[in-house]
Amino acid sequence: MHTRSTTAPAARSSAAGATPTTRSLGYRLSAFVDRHVLAVFTTPAVAFILLTMAFPVVFTIYLSLTHWVGGLTRAPEFVGLENFIRLLTDDPRFWGATFRTLALTAGAVAAQTVIGVAIAVLLHRHFVLSGLIRSVILLPMIATPVAVALVWRLMFHPQLGVLNDILTRMGLPPSDWLADPQLALFLVGLVDTWEWAPLIALITLAGLTALPEDPFEAAQLDGANGWQRFWHVTLPMVRPIVVVAVVFRLIEALKTFDLILVMTNGGPGFETETLNIYVYNIAFQYQQLGYAAALLIVFFLLVLLISSSVLRLRRPKDS
Amino acid sequence: MTTASPRRNTRKALRGFGFYTLLAIVLVPFAFVFWYMITTSLKSPQDLTASKFQWFFTPTFDNYTQVFQQTDFAQFAMNSLFVGLGSVAIALILGLPAAYAIARYQAPKLALIILSSRITPGVTFLIPLFIIFSSLGWVDTYRALIIAHLLITLPMVTWLMIGFFEELPQEIIDSARVDGASAIRTFLQVILPITRGGIAAAAILAFIFSWNHFMFSVVLAGRTTRTLPVAVFEFMSYGQINWGAICAAATVMTIPVVVMGLFAQRNIVQGLAGGAVKG
Repeated sequence: MHTRSTTAPAARSSAAGATPTTRSLGYRLSAFVDRHVLAVFTTPAVAFILLTMAFPVVFTIYLSLTHWVGGLTRAPEFVGLENFIRLLTDDPRFWGATFRTLALTAGAVAAQTVIGVAIAVLLHRHFVLSGLIRSVILLPMIATPVAVALVWRLMFHPQLGVLNDILTRMGLPPSDWLADPQLALFLVGLVDTWEWAPLIALITLAGLTALPEDPFEAAQLDGANGWQRFWHVTLPMVRPIVVVAVVFRLIEALKTFDLILVMTNGGPGFETETLNIYVYNIAFQYQQLGYAAALLIVFFLLVLLISSSVLRLRRPKDS
Repeated sequence: MTTASPRRNTRKALRGFGFYTLLAIVLVPFAFVFWYMITTSLKSPQDLTASKFQWFFTPTFDNYTQVFQQTDFAQFAMNSLFVGLGSVAIALILGLPAAYAIARYQAPKLALIILSSRITPGVTFLIPLFIIFSSLGWVDTYRALIIAHLLITLPMVTWLMIGFFEELPQEIIDSARVDGASAIRTFLQVILPITRGGIAAAAILAFIFSWNHFMFSVVLAGRTTRTLPVAVFEFMSYGQINWGAICAAATVMTIPVVVMGLFAQRNIVQGLAGGAVKG
């Protein structure tokens, strides 16, 4: 009501020369927008997302109930819950991939949290070149992941790579790195940590910069040493922002794709095959679209379950 | 305070030494990978395949000429540029009004709907999009890639801009209103001009993410629309792997995003954390 009373005189005066019909049409349109700003402004974006989300979700549910092999030339054949039964009872590769997804996510995010917070504490002071150093740790996050993964793959190369050269110079035996089944998943986690510890570091650093000085001075006066100040003063105060960073990383780490596909493509054997890589291979290498859809639903539910439970975990600590 | 004893000076120096040592330990792994990428791209095949790793060598630009002459590298770069610019432009057109309305009318549920496409695993879209685009004959077209990349750029633009719009003082919007401007005019002539810095940052970040994105193009692009990450990845499957050329291509691909990223440095953390954190 208020909106209309303020816009009406302006609309009239600006459209004074126009014919009555266009004036009223323009006025009505403008008044309509003014009354429904939220709806008019958000509908295009929300509609795009809902359309591109809703159709894939519905279609994936339908596909998961079919048997569809060998590309698009043949029609899908309805098989009921057969795909899900196969997945749960007769697919060790699925269980392996699920386990590796969880292990990689937990391990890598734990490592990057500890390292990220440590880097943030280290950088939280004034020193020469601090701007330059923040730019350097930004590099792993913004560089193209495919490029970074290729370079790591070369560094891990048993003959050409630099890492075996360093080991040999130190008098240690060379390693097979990514070709070593016992090491491969750990190394994928290591590279993921290299790529994303800086994100946790920079988020934590932003949190540290916003903290008040007083508690630190008080703790110093009380004779607390550096470690005590960190553990009892700094950490509790930055915890909310670190938790936000960790939640975000957990959701993203479950979906790690480029890094694994480029470095190992799930190998050696299936040692680094996570759910995302497995679904991708089933769909686009083996072209079993029905079974891939069933896997996808399980993967999606897993991501949803973990995201919502970590988001819920976060709430009480925040307030 | 000012009369520091010699002992305290030594301790201070030692602490400074310790700090810079720690700093070096932190920095070396991050910088080393990029140093390695660039030096490898400048090595001749002899230096690359030598039985011992060559720390010192005569640099050559042969790998770069080879990448540009023997592959359609410039075309792949143009593809990445088109898809990035197209998906960022549409993301701005759809996302800016949405972000403004969400910020002004406090509609977090709508914001969550838009963010949901970032939480959803990309493969979820990939299978249905691949089937739809195949039946429409759109695989290997810019349209298909731009629509797919919008799933990345739209949430990013929207979430970043909600943050910027929320920081706007209410008086600016109110005074425009009192002057009798309609909602659309207020938005176009008052709000957008004063947030242009934020818009630039959001556009840069969304572009970086589109440029870096791999999964959608690996399936939806074909011979004519292949984007850079996919093209460089596929260099590996051409018989013998030429690591020098791969590192040269990786370097050329990385430089633009690094330069842009340093420009938008202040907002990058915000963008990466889905707008959840103010950097």
